[in-house]
Amino acid sequence: MSGLVARLRLTAPGAVVPVGAVLVALLVGAGVMLAAGVDPVRGYDAMVRGAIGVSSIDFSVASFTAILAMAMAFAVPARMGEYNLGGDGQLCVGGIAAAVVALHLPLPAPLLLPVCLLAAALAGAALAALSVPLATRAHVPVIISTLLLSTPAVALTSYLVRFPLAQQGSGVPQTPRLPDAAHLPSLPGTQYTNLGLLLVVLVLLVVVVLDGRTSLGYELRAVGANRSFARYGGISVPGLTLGALTTAGGIAGLAGAVVVTTQPFRFIDGALTAPGYTFAGVAAALLAGGRPALLPLTAALFTVLQVGSTGMERDIDLPRQLGQVLQAVVILVLALRTVAVAAAARRARRRVPERS
Amino acid sequence: MLSSLLSLSFVAAVLAATAPVALAALGGALCGRAGVFNIALEGQMLWAAFTAVGVSHWTASPWWGVLAAVVTTALLSGILAVGSVRWHADPIIVAVGLNLLALGLTGFLLRSVFDASGTFAPPGLVGLPDLSQLSDVPVLGRLLAGQSVLVPLALLLPVAAAWWLARTAVGLRLRGVGDHPAAATTLGVPVSRYQQLTVLVAGALCGLAGAQLALGNVTAFTENMTAGRGWVAVAAVMLAVNRPVGVLLACLLFGAAEAWGFRLQGIGLPQQLTDAAPYLVTLVVLVLARARRARRSPLPAGGTP
Repeated sequence: MSGLVARLRLTAPGAVVPVGAVLVALLVGAGVMLAAGVDPVRGYDAMVRGAIGVSSIDFSVASFTAILAMAMAFAVPARMGEYNLGGDGQLCVGGIAAAVVALHLPLPAPLLLPVCLLAAALAGAALAALSVPLATRAHVPVIISTLLLSTPAVALTSYLVRFPLAQQGSGVPQTPRLPDAAHLPSLPGTQYTNLGLLLVVLVLLVVVVLDGRTSLGYELRAVGANRSFARYGGISVPGLTLGALTTAGGIAGLAGAVVVTTQPFRFIDGALTAPGYTFAGVAAALLAGGRPALLPLTAALFTVLQVGSTGMERDIDLPRQLGQVLQAVVILVLALRTVAVAAAARRARRRVPERS
Repeated sequence: MLSSLLSLSFVAAVLAATAPVALAALGGALCGRAGVFNIALEGQMLWAAFTAVGVSHWTASPWWGVLAAVVTTALLSGILAVGSVRWHADPIIVAVGLNLLALGLTGFLLRSVFDASGTFAPPGLVGLPDLSQLSDVPVLGRLLAGQSVLVPLALLLPVAAAWWLARTAVGLRLRGVGDHPAAATTLGVPVSRYQQLTVLVAGALCGLAGAQLALGNVTAFTENMTAGRGWVAVAAVMLAVNRPVGVLLACLLFGAAEAWGFRLQGIGLPQQLTDAAPYLVTLVVLVLARARRARRSPLPAGGTP
């Protein structure tokens, strides 16, 4: 415990900017609420109650699980300077792969769930892996190819769930309910707090260890810091890109499977993209500054914004997109923190003539 | 099938689908020329589409809508201009933030100001007038009669920009700023001011793009109605390596894929599949072109475009 405290103190100076970014976002949110004629105290109260109130905490756990996974899906390649913005596509192909396996693969009950999760991770990883030759051979930046691949991938799952996999006679574009053997077991008395959270936390532990304690993590960060130098040092950049992107896509695919094998145990068109898990994850990863160990904290914060905004919309009729606006403000403030550096540099330049 | 591909009405549909993407991509190309990586086109277009519809609704005049879209989108791009050029912030992260801001803000305002969710198309909303006075002109009339004046503008502006870059002193300085900022500084060109102004001009172009999308192609605003077109514009910029006319050709390709997708929907193919086609076509062509170029002159992997 004392070790943890010492660590926190060590990282405290680096925490000033992220905390400042969150405060600025909350102030902007208060301004928006005032402009919309809502008392900010009431607004934020509704937001917090909507996220961690007695009736909502169970659902928030499911959102936290997805956002934490998507934060890793962005953070892992970001370590080496590649931006994975195709999370929505990877999430959806993962979800649809899990649904296909659960509905159509005749497997014995104990095997069904693990195979579902594995298929989902493989599907997400395969989609993300498509961007690797595009980056290493055709020099299309990962940020562009992941995004351009995401839209068709989401469209493909939307097609599958509307036609070949659709539940007959249902007005909603969704698959039939998955068989019981493909449901993630949940804690007694809850609907959404299930094994998925444990799985994603296990993945996080692996990522933290790989990132901080192995040469692989070191190589990843070396490429991020200086690509040419890392290549000169004998690091295989294409190999590392493949590893980082398949890991990211695999985690995103797994998140898709976790959502589909949780209440209401179906793939519903739009249910994976509409809540905005991907960009909440991106925002959480940026706020954590790439440090995987901080992801649970930042993911929890953005879960409160995301789920809380829905509660706020329900309670005081303030549109839930406010959560997205606040996430964007956090990202912008973090990116624009360089203004302080630029101002310091200007002050330093002004000081030089005085000395001479 | 071939005759339907070559018919004038199909070409007209291609031009309509091309126009918004081409306007945004021209902005991206100018930024690329000035040495600024602008991938906030998607968010800027979305913001412009929203403003154009909102202001057109309030003033009952589409032209006020276009003006508001151009001005406010240029203001929005000021965040990228000042942030990434003057304050040296990471242009990619600023752009990710801007895109998300536009998505959230337009959704928020759609609900809180217009009390609409999903789509906003009030009965009195006036779209951009079409060029029906041209309908007597032979071929050209058939191509442009149903389009807004922004469509021919979208086709002419890249050509004008190419001429401007190649033939004017200011254009030459802009290229110098992008190619060799240090040399440009030595020659007394204010690099930072050139770059910031270019980002603002790109914002204004995205303003036109969004206005054309929401008041020309359709007369409505829908949440996330750009649906990746800004990213296609970014791909077009990369495909043509910042050359305006090449960018226009790349956008025409996207437009053809989109218009062809609509045709295929007409013969019963599901919309979800045809919607995906333009993105895949864009990506495939981008890969083919970049791979060919890479064979000729190897670039460092993942290097900045």
